[in-house]
Amino acid sequence: MNIHEYQSKQVLKSYGVNVPNGKGGITTVDEAVAAAKELGSKVMVVKAQIHAGGRGKAGGVKLAKSIDEVKAYATELLGKTLVTHQTGPEGKKVGRLLIEEGSNIKKEYYLSFVIDRQTARVVMMGSEEGGMEIEKVAAEMPDKIFKEYIDPAIGLASFQATRMAYNMNFPQATIRKVTKLMGCLYNAFVGKDCSLAEINPLVVTEEDDVIALDAKLNFDDSALFRHPDIEELRDETEEDPKERWAAKAELNYVNLGGDVACMVNGAGLAMATVDIIKHYGGEPANFLDVGGDSSPEKIAEAFKIMLDGGQAKGIFVNIFGGINRCDLVAQGILEAAKIISEDGKSLPVPVVVRLEGTNVEQGRQILKDSPIENVIMAPTMQGGAEEIVKRVKAAEKA
Amino acid sequence: MGILVNKDTKVIVQGITGKQATFHTKQMLAYGTKIVGGVTPGKAGQTVEGVPVFNTVADAVKATGATASVIYVPARFAADSILEGVDAGLDLVVCITEHIPVEDMVKVRRYMEGKKTRLIGPNCPGILTTDEAKLGIIPGNIQKKGHVGLVSRSGTLTYEAAFQLMNAGIGITTAVGIGGDPVKGTDFIDALELFKNDSETKAVLMIGEIGGTAEEDAAKWIKENMPDKPVTAFIAGRQAPPGKRMGHAGAIISGGKGTAADKIKALNSVGIEVADTVAHIGETVVETLKKAGIYDACHTC
Repeated sequence: MNIHEYQSKQVLKSYGVNVPNGKGGITTVDEAVAAAKELGSKVMVVKAQIHAGGRGKAGGVKLAKSIDEVKAYATELLGKTLVTHQTGPEGKKVGRLLIEEGSNIKKEYYLSFVIDRQTARVVMMGSEEGGMEIEKVAAEMPDKIFKEYIDPAIGLASFQATRMAYNMNFPQATIRKVTKLMGCLYNAFVGKDCSLAEINPLVVTEEDDVIALDAKLNFDDSALFRHPDIEELRDETEEDPKERWAAKAELNYVNLGGDVACMVNGAGLAMATVDIIKHYGGEPANFLDVGGDSSPEKIAEAFKIMLDGGQAKGIFVNIFGGINRCDLVAQGILEAAKIISEDGKSLPVPVVVRLEGTNVEQGRQILKDSPIENVIMAPTMQGGAEEIVKRVKAAEKA
Repeated sequence: MGILVNKDTKVIVQGITGKQATFHTKQMLAYGTKIVGGVTPGKAGQTVEGVPVFNTVADAVKATGATASVIYVPARFAADSILEGVDAGLDLVVCITEHIPVEDMVKVRRYMEGKKTRLIGPNCPGILTTDEAKLGIIPGNIQKKGHVGLVSRSGTLTYEAAFQLMNAGIGITTAVGIGGDPVKGTDFIDALELFKNDSETKAVLMIGEIGGTAEEDAAKWIKENMPDKPVTAFIAGRQAPPGKRMGHAGAIISGGKGTAADKIKALNSVGIEVADTVAHIGETVVETLKKAGIYDACHTC
């Protein structure tokens, strides 16, 4: 789960991380003006709050030198669609702003914590090349990135923080402030079950203060049950409406934007089904792992999500029945189709079903005898993928 | 032969009185697995499918001599169940549970350092040595005995691949589902090393997916350590967009790392064929076996 910058800063502040004075969650120009008056600083930064990086380059971060300028920028940004390298071409609409005090930046640094799969440790990464994307630093100046692997039984050791601070070439006057901030950030990372805690840039000011000028926290979905306070920060407007709907129906769904939909049991097979649709020339509409033992009601909900807004022009159902028998799966699909069907005879788009595994013959027979005409049996997975792509292309032409 | 488990392995089921665990205990027994006990605190003295239940893993091990366990415990408690299995000195712990918080697994891995237990999973379908034993949820009727080792990050793709191999007449020694989580007990290289040392296994099928660099690391390891056993691969997630979690907690392209393209490139660069689509896994394995001149030896069913 992702949250906004201003929310991340609030979380980090509660752990003792130094962040600029400011006010977030602003949704109107009036609020922006009021916040600017309250801050009363000479230079203020108006920052668009969307769940994507690259906002600065896309014109989503503005420096204001007066209340009037804050007003002008807030008017411009609220409701504007920002297109960054992380939003995709459709961009993201700005619904919230953060207004904060400007800082006298002397130098920018990079600091983050992530989980390293190989060592099964939290790793702290730092670089004195702040402000630019860390991937770019990694590609162009790999020797400028330093790492400290943290023993979970010990936590971030003081010597590791000190070593990192010197490796990152912080001025001597700031070393203690930096190591303290690293400790606070680590505590936030493990305290809130983060999957990423990134400060880019972390800045040293002309006054030798150390401030988290930007902040990005991502959270482990599996651990949200123990952080209701984080769950409350969820901004549903930032999430794809279909993905939100699917999450509420406890379906594992990702919208991929195309028109050939698929419904699959198992995450690996679901990914592979998206791939095979593309392989045979279709544009995948979604990833959807419906699980092996889903009820007809849940399958019907999945159909509704795929069909919503006319997105799916065809649906490929790809099921491997292992312990879940194919005949039961077939019955479930048909019952779901009946729930969706308006006349009991047809569906708005063709549904090609590939079944394999335990009791496959009975399952196939059930589908062959289907009273719903555009539920079509595929003999093989390859055949099914080719069939659904062919039918969607025919529908597009017609 | 095969790896990790056989018909003599004594197994306990942690969380045996749960609905899923009871269902799968029956399936595992039917396959011939030596399930000698189960654990659910407070349920000692009961039996499930004729199997005695104990309050603790230590009690179960003492009474039965079990050396392996399989865990079907809800995510909030599953990490603790792994710790308990490790503490009891088991050789093997297989954790089926999905959605264990990653930081719990970081602590589990730390606790396991220097201890003898091997962990498979979490978030995995388990392990099945053909005609001998199965720990987990892999269906028992989709693989025949043979000489190919199968290791996979995905449950359904394990079944799909085993089934395609069976239809192609290719048998399997052991199928291992290592799981879809980012932090887990056994990774590709660990499983490959076991297959390398198994005299029955003549070739390996490896099924990976987006996220992390375990497939790239495995490619390098295979080139350096296992030149004599041909490997075939499949990678799921070619169309996955960056930053999106594709079902599995570990299936995410982040910071430009973990793409299917990189993995396929790394595997191809060491001479490993990668199936074009999931429908081509079986025939790609057959091609690899023929090229290596071991197709006849592996054509066992």
